Amino acid sequence: MVPVECYFVLSALLFFIGVFGFITRRNLIAMLISIELVLNAVDINFAAFNRLLFPGEFEGFFMTLFSIGVSAAESAVAIAIIINVYRNFKSDSVESITNMKG
Amino acid sequence: MANLVVFCILAVVILGSALMCVMTKRIMRAATFMLFVLFGVAGLYFLLDYTYLGAAQIAVYAGGVTMIYVFAIQLVSKRTLQGLIERVSCSRMLWGALLTLVSVVTVIAVFLKNKFIFAGGLLPDAEVPMKQIGHALVGSEKYQYVLPFEFISVFLLACIIGGLVVSRKKED
Repeated sequence: MVPVECYFVLSALLFFIGVFGFITRRNLIAMLISIELVLNAVDINFAAFNRLLFPGEFEGFFMTLFSIGVSAAESAVAIAIIINVYRNFKSDSVESITNMKG
Repeated sequence: MANLVVFCILAVVILGSALMCVMTKRIMRAATFMLFVLFGVAGLYFLLDYTYLGAAQIAVYAGGVTMIYVFAIQLVSKRTLQGLIERVSCSRMLWGALLTLVSVVTVIAVFLKNKFIFAGGLLPDAEVPMKQIGHALVGSEKYQYVLPFEFISVFLLACIIGGLVVSRKKED
């Protein structure tokens, strides 16, 4: 079996790559893609914790399963908002959104 | 040993694709590299003997979410698609890299400082039976998950309606 620290280091690196993308990119869709990376890093941690430290139980397994479903719904709503922003501001950069009432 | 080799290959694929995903200027390439990251994470689930999770990851993320992203990119960012360079200021990039490095060193140090009780050797390399997962998913007793299961279906319905309302064209 792979030692559990390997999973921790991998998921921490993936998490902070996502954070780095979130704070440097200014495109709305690129920021959303970075959020997906962060969510995947957290899912890796849940599954690895459950499998390697508490085998025989299922809390992390189902947490990961529900997290996948929730993130799919979240990205659908966020994409709808981004398309609406593009329709109002004719741009998909966060700098273009300076006031809430378009 | 074979597990470790497969893990190293998956780790290289995931981290390399994730780095390319946040560094590349073109959004379409970022979406493609995100697809590789998602496949790598599904491979990690297969490695952990969570076959059902890997299948769900591929079906939901690679099949559904990536398609949503590709459609949104085609609808929204025509100028970015034609290779227009997104303006990223150098100082922000530097500050972001510095902040990220400090945070990642802190988090990994905290992780490695703790000694976890490693129980993985106690369990054989066998996948979790599907019957057990199904009973836990729709059972209503202790350690069973029918309430979040039903709640997430209502949540998905609310998200469909919310997405339609938000992205609908105004009539007036």
